[in-house]
Amino acid sequence: MIALDPLLIGDLDLGDVLVVLLKVVVVFVVGLVATMLMVWFERKAIAGMQNRIGPNKAGPFGILQTLADGIKLFFKEDLIPAQANRFVFKLAPYLAFVPAFLVWSVIPLGGDFSNGKDGTVKIFGRVTRLQLADPQIGLLLLLALSSVAVYGIMLAGWSSGSKYPLLGSVRASAQMVSYEAALGLSIAAVLLISGTLSTSGIVFAQPSFTRWHVVATGLLPFVIFLIAATAELNRPPFDLVEAEQELVGGFNTEYSSIRFALFFLAEFMNTITMSGVIVTLFFGGPQPVKIGDTTLNLHLGPLNGTVWFLLKLLVFLYIYVWFRATLPRLRYDQLMNLGWKVLIPISLGWFMLLASFRLAQDNGWNRWLVGAVALSVLTAAAGLLLAATRVSARNRQREGTMF
Amino acid sequence: MAFFVFVCAALMILGGAVGVIISQHPVHAALSLILTLFGVAVLYVAQDAHFLAAVQVIVYAGAIVVLFLFVIMLLGVDSAEDLQIEPIPVQRPLAAIVALGIVGVISAAIVQARSTIASGTRSGIDIPTVSGDADGNIRQLARDLFSDHVFAFELTSVLLVVAVVGTVLLARRPDKSGAAS
Repeated sequence: MIALDPLLIGDLDLGDVLVVLLKVVVVFVVGLVATMLMVWFERKAIAGMQNRIGPNKAGPFGILQTLADGIKLFFKEDLIPAQANRFVFKLAPYLAFVPAFLVWSVIPLGGDFSNGKDGTVKIFGRVTRLQLADPQIGLLLLLALSSVAVYGIMLAGWSSGSKYPLLGSVRASAQMVSYEAALGLSIAAVLLISGTLSTSGIVFAQPSFTRWHVVATGLLPFVIFLIAATAELNRPPFDLVEAEQELVGGFNTEYSSIRFALFFLAEFMNTITMSGVIVTLFFGGPQPVKIGDTTLNLHLGPLNGTVWFLLKLLVFLYIYVWFRATLPRLRYDQLMNLGWKVLIPISLGWFMLLASFRLAQDNGWNRWLVGAVALSVLTAAAGLLLAATRVSARNRQREGTMF
Repeated sequence: MAFFVFVCAALMILGGAVGVIISQHPVHAALSLILTLFGVAVLYVAQDAHFLAAVQVIVYAGAIVVLFLFVIMLLGVDSAEDLQIEPIPVQRPLAAIVALGIVGVISAAIVQARSTIASGTRSGIDIPTVSGDADGNIRQLARDLFSDHVFAFELTSVLLVVAVVGTVLLARRPDKSGAAS
């Protein structure tokens, strides 16, 4: 079991177990507090963008507003619709909430990776990493959890025993399953460069700016990952799941009190963890910014890595808020077209291109020649795909169906 | 420790399996199936087959059961379904016979292999040593899959493509009264 954390194999004493327990508690508490602050940040930032004031009563700058809301939701009456499937209705919020938390366990939250150090730290005389677990299948665990997260939303909508939640959850699961493919393919591009599945190994493979995967994979996988992750999170502009004009409130329409709060928490927590994943995969996680030989050092000693991670994380949290404030929601057919006909083919083609470059490097072939051949093959494939979709669109039009 | 993990996982698997059979409601049955699949994943992890465990969760729990639930939800199969009505009369006795047969085969295999398992010697299987290199396990798997068994791998992908094309063809078959030719 604990073999999942490679640093804890073999003889264990109480100290090791206590360190692991400490890490669990810290990750849990930090996750909850971060979610609380994220809700406040999102409301405040959007209010600013829309020329409003936003929450400003509870605490300084309204920072305790989420806490107040949470306490209120705890004491509200707990309603279960008469038509609901009671057991599944009660189970669903936890199924949404638990995967959101578990993703935290594989994200490196700090540690010194500079100058070829392996990112381990010493806590109470024990060598460990600043991440809960570092399994060798780190990234696959991430994909597994994101695919398990579908259940919470799906079962919530179904068990409510009501039409709009069901429609919302069918939309949600279709959307999440569709975008998982593009998500996985852009992660595959990162794996191709880093050559390992473990998250700490991926951070270790990005010591300087030019070796950050956002540069090393040529930007495109990052863009695709960002779009697909937004769709996985059901955040605007992909929030068809809870399109208020069409579905009342989507899958969580029938939920109230603390059960609703759990969904709410899971959604915001997922935003934070997904930003953390982006930072880890593409921006070097806790690695400091290093261009050429100059390192931007913050001179914070052991906290250096954590502060860098937080700074990078904040950028992406802001980008998600920014998306929400700026972009209008997509139509359902636009969403599916973007996922299946644009993102998946492009990410697959780019993955092939990266793979051919890798092969050329290993065998000492001429890079430019390989690049030219690969590009021409990909262009031909893209042309064929375009022709195929055009033919099928024409056929659909002749048959007189919309989709 | 290993025994404790095994007992917990076995309880999960058996509980889920019983749940699949006895629950009245198809959605509850599907949820029990997820429990079983997760139990199997835990056993894989206990055997150091981390990759297999992850793939088990991603493919079975994350995709296939989602598909089951999708169909149940869209078709609206409710608890009103009467289990007493038998669409194909022979299938229940047949299922019992097949189940007994499978139990017999597995028991025979265990009895036959008992001496080998107890002594810990396995013939013909090269057990890679994974200690030290964190990625060794996965690397070995990838090398096997994409070098020795690449033909079978490609055949499987062809099979999947055939399935997808067939599905699209069946789903988009123009109706006889339609204008499409």
